[in-house]
Amino acid sequence: MNTPTIPHPEAAATFLKNKERVQWHDETLWFVRHKRDKIVQEIPEWEQLRELASQIKDHTLSRLDEYLQEFEAAAISNGVTVHWAADAAEHNRIVHGIMQKHGAQKIVKSKSMLTEECHLNEYLEAQGIEVVDTDLGERIVQLNKELPSHIVLPAIHIKKEEVGEIFHQHLGTPKGASDPLYLALAARAHLREKFLAADIAITGVNFAVAETGAIVVCTNEGNADLGAHLAKVHIACMGIEKLIPRTEHLSIFLRLLARNATGQNITAYSSHFRKPVPGSEMHIVIVDNGRTTQLGREAFRNSLKCIRCGACLNTCPVYRRSGGHSYHNATAGPIGAILAPNLDMRKNADLPFASTLCGSCTDVCPVKIDIHNQLYQWRQVLTQEGYMPAAKTASMKIMAGVLSSPARYSFAGKWARRFLRWFPSLALNKKLNPWARQRELPEPPKESFREWYKKNGNK
Amino acid sequence: MRVALFVPCYVDQFYPKVAIATLKLLQHLGVQVEYPMQQTCCGQPMANGGYEHLTGSCNSNFIKAFAGYDYIVSPSGSCVLHVKDHLHDERQEAAATTIRQRVYELCEFLTDVVQVKAIKASFPKKVALHQGCHGQRGLKLASSSETVLPFFSKPVQLLQMVEGLELVELDRPDECCGFGGTFCVTEEAVSSAMGLSRIDDYTKHEATVITGTDVSCLMHQEGLIRRQQLPFEVMHISEVLVAGL
Ligand code: SF4
Repeated sequence: MNTPTIPHPEAAATFLKNKERVQWHDETLWFVRHKRDKIVQEIPEWEQLRELASQIKDHTLSRLDEYLQEFEAAAISNGVTVHWAADAAEHNRIVHGIMQKHGAQKIVKSKSMLTEECHLNEYLEAQGIEVVDTDLGERIVQLNKELPSHIVLPAIHIKKEEVGEIFHQHLGTPKGASDPLYLALAARAHLREKFLAADIAITGVNFAVAETGAIVVCTNEGNADLGAHLAKVHIACMGIEKLIPRTEHLSIFLRLLARNATGQNITAYSSHFRKPVPGSEMHIVIVDNGRTTQLGREAFRNSLKCIRCGACLNTCPVYRRSGGHSYHNATAGPIGAILAPNLDMRKNADLPFASTLCGSCTDVCPVKIDIHNQLYQWRQVLTQEGYMPAAKTASMKIMAGVLSSPARYSFAGKWARRFLRWFPSLALNKKLNPWARQRELPEPPKESFREWYKKNGNK
Repeated sequence: MRVALFVPCYVDQFYPKVAIATLKLLQHLGVQVEYPMQQTCCGQPMANGGYEHLTGSCNSNFIKAFAGYDYIVSPSGSCVLHVKDHLHDERQEAAATTIRQRVYELCEFLTDVVQVKAIKASFPKKVALHQGCHGQRGLKLASSSETVLPFFSKPVQLLQMVEGLELVELDRPDECCGFGGTFCVTEEAVSSAMGLSRIDDYTKHEATVITGTDVSCLMHQEGLIRRQQLPFEVMHISEVLVAGL
């Protein structure tokens, strides 16, 4: 979207104004994480599975070129048309080209964060094409002219009463209806029509198997299957990092994905697509869009192991309180904060700082991405590349000077303590000191420890 | 055994009582400690702010202060983690490496090196433990709720030795409090909201004392508690472990 980017702290502060919504957002996501904790505890070999998954992904990334070629050859021999897109624009043009070839006007899409990343909806709508997201959550945000705020739970920031209002406006349900079952049935009836009328179905790809050229799409609503089976043309859009070498590896990832994402034993539908049904077409668009750049950045390479389970979002205490839109990027949360600066450092320089580096994301990640260390690394890169405000750099230089000399440090410490004691009102000025907006400052003691130690020594 | 006390800058300046309690506790357990006067700060605030490249002279000062000790012990998990992960100096890398291997957070030093079996402290109160994330997940002072591992917690192990102390169970035993160094200022709104949910958890479980392994987390939560005028006592774990000695 070309709207100006609101920095994370500001957007978060706005989201936090609605206390009730934040509390519910936090509790709902915590509930999901808790459910996940319970179910993974049932798998004694969980940590080994994570290690295995991590190693498979590491290995695949180390030979990505070979596996991509193997995948392409297998897919072609299955009768699938394979396209390569260097960036988002090329991806969108390819999809549009396939539509033009078929004179298609209507698309049903099943959740694909890649098409969000490429802003495909906006692009196609500008060409007068109707694109309907068929995942319930995605459809809700789409009707509300918003972007998803979570990669697995796209409408998690919207309450059921609000969904009722959105459906009332767009689908003609009675005003005030907010019963989830009723609303789901209304959405179902509405989407049925769209499925039946669609010329083309687009799906994402959760896993692409190099050995067989098959792709696997995981959904809980079966919408990917319905779309792909009803339409004459199926376009699957995937990032280059979705590959796994062999079919046998799937079992590891399918066990990890659903459990870690939503606390389910397995996703309701794990649909395997290998070749087009006779009389129809299947296309696979393989997209780079910055991924090879990330592959080349040693420190950030393993962010490409991500299987988009969303657990790092659910567990992130910052995400739970700031909401997905505060990340101004298709992929929000901790993993989004690593991927976004790769696409645009200037626009996303704030995101790696939207973390306390608590490390919960790293511990929850099913493919062992060291997320919080990468956030730390991004901070170093962004600072050195000059994306920080000059004032911050200047104050950090002064701090470095003070803290590297015992004499300057003692002097400055004494001064700071006196300052706090003499001018508490200034220190508490909320504009000058964000600490004091909701917190008291520590009461300054008369002497520092080193002063005490000098007098009392080591008795 | 030569043991050095590493007192992080903000503890030195604002919480000398924590450093004094740490010193007392170590002495009580028969450990001779020295406080090297040369020390200032480990450089973590700058490094976490993205300015690790400015920490060079901090690092060499740190090495000067702490080289030659068998152990370096500190009442702050997060500063210890920073030293462990990021202390380097091209001109004296060998010394830096030795320090990185010998630096300990107080609780892990007591459980792993001193192997304390008993502490005479007595503290008959309902206590909530905030496990600082850098200590818990970074230094592995305790198992984390995300991973499938048998439960262990070095701070809990020590608190259980204190007579009369009742440790309350929290709904979210290892949720971050939102301090996060410069995060607490740059992301003031989120930081405060996170701290307040921690405090709700303590209230819900009727704790009267809040303790933890990191003074920074406690400073932030204490700031919120005092602003809200809530009746909690906030104490570093060293202060609890010397209570009544
Ligand atoms: S980074 Fe890890 S936890 Fe986060 S979405 Fe990706 S796989 Fe899941």
